[in-house]
Amino acid sequence: MFEFLDLERYDLFGAFWVTVQLTFYSALGSLIWGTVLAAMRVSPVPIMRAFGTAYVHLFRNTPLTLIILACSQGLYFTLQFDMGTGGDPEPLGFRLAVLGFVAYTATFVCEALRSGINTVPVGQAEAARALGLNFSQVLRLIVLPQAFRSVVAPLANVLIALTKNTTIASAIGVAEAAALMKVMIENEAQLLPIAAIFAFGFIVLVLPMGLFLGWLSKRVAVKR
Amino acid sequence: MSETSLTKEPEDASHATEDLVVLDSVNKHFGALHVLQDINLTIKRGEVVVVIGPSGSGKSTLCRSINRLETIDAGTITIDGDPLPSEGRELARLRADVGMVFQSFNLFAHKTVLENVMLGPIKVRKEDKAEVETRARALLDRVGVGNQADKYPAQLSGGQQQRVAIARALAMQPKVMLFDEPTSALDPEMINEVLEVMQQLAAEGMTMVVVTHEMGFARSAANRVVFMADGRIVEEADPHQFFDNPRSDRAKDFLSKILAH
Ligand SMILES: Nc1ncnc2c1ncn2[C@@H]1O[C@H](COP(=O)(O)OP(=O)(O)OP(=O)(O)O)[C@@H](O)[C@H]1O
Ligand SMILES: [Mg+2]
Repeated sequence: MFEFLDLERYDLFGAFWVTVQLTFYSALGSLIWGTVLAAMRVSPVPIMRAFGTAYVHLFRNTPLTLIILACSQGLYFTLQFDMGTGGDPEPLGFRLAVLGFVAYTATFVCEALRSGINTVPVGQAEAARALGLNFSQVLRLIVLPQAFRSVVAPLANVLIALTKNTTIASAIGVAEAAALMKVMIENEAQLLPIAAIFAFGFIVLVLPMGLFLGWLSKRVAVKR
Repeated sequence: MSETSLTKEPEDASHATEDLVVLDSVNKHFGALHVLQDINLTIKRGEVVVVIGPSGSGKSTLCRSINRLETIDAGTITIDGDPLPSEGRELARLRADVGMVFQSFNLFAHKTVLENVMLGPIKVRKEDKAEVETRARALLDRVGVGNQADKYPAQLSGGQQQRVAIARALAMQPKVMLFDEPTSALDPEMINEVLEVMQQLAAEGMTMVVVTHEMGFARSAANRVVFMADGRIVEEADPHQFFDNPRSDRAKDFLSKILAH
């Protein structure tokens, strides 16, 4: 029943590899940018807090497809911002997509982290300040390490959603799994088996992530 | 002296009478509530001052203002001659000279006991790690929890946690130690082990401000008792005089209540 699956003609593994890379770079970027945003939202500087809040509300509430299209249309075609690719469409589409995913997913990382920050007793931050640590040290050494440990499970959900969201990159021509799926469905007229293959592919990617992070979240939990 | 000292060597005699912490006309509000009203208080080097008073009288706020965990609205606070700066590097440096012990211990839950004690000297004072570790272990031995160094705070009893918190503050070699009801969150059988450490510290000449209702400690270790009510210092006296012969009606009333049980 899978005789249409000509791996010479359809680079199934290559397409999923692009999905994996999209997910990896987007996750890394979201984690960093999301942490910066969370730091802004709890900072004592009002303008930073205002920026963090405005950013999160704006990007979290905009459909991801729009953000990805805006990266492509707005940044590249209008502003000619080629992200160091010289306009080569392969890496350009990929990088623009990663940028869009990071811009969007970071808001969820930020909000998850913020709920984690709230689980750290405020007395510990005071004790750290009383020792003479400055704001950034208190955040980096005391608050964030505990916040991260308490939000591994919600961050796992963000990562799983991100993995599936990478399919939207096909909208700007990135050759990831969903893009290949569309091509195969058009060529082969075998909707259900093809969809099943790609669904299976995503489960293979996402399931171990969920299991691993679920285990990790129990392991690193801070005892109080 | 063969034992490791908990404190820095006492300064020479000319410094011995110097004023270490000086609060001058300090005022603070929480909204409409006037929590600190014209507080004037001078704490000399080596002095142990016990602050006592009914709940809500502003004792914690006073303590917290001294290392600026709370801002004040008016007046000045100087520590060893330096006025408390409002922000930044200078403030952090000054805070490092003022050790603080909280009612709820506030140990860093994700760090071991030893790491809790070593964090300040390494990250704030940028001291050498090996030296800090030696000092930290000696301090933990002195407060009687040397064998718990590699455990996490949650694995310790309240009394042990509070002793670690004292060691953590001492590791910074502070000029003055503030204690805000250090034994109030402890089960009765653990109170003494913490008070003993504080007694010893007082005997070694550490300058201490202690908010506590432990009269035994006040009588045996304090040079002075400061009685607060409604945001004011109502009475200041030698501990024996204060407990045996309080002058103000507020103090008499308060003492009759805490002595009743
Ligand atoms: N952050 C705050 N915001 C508003 N009001 C506060 C705040 N902290 C304390 N207060 C109020 O200020 C007053 C003094 O509080 P403080 O904690 O200094 O009293 P205290 O003498 O330490 O009392 P206790 O013996 O209960 O610890 C209380 O009425 C308290 O409710
Ligand atoms: Mg209090």
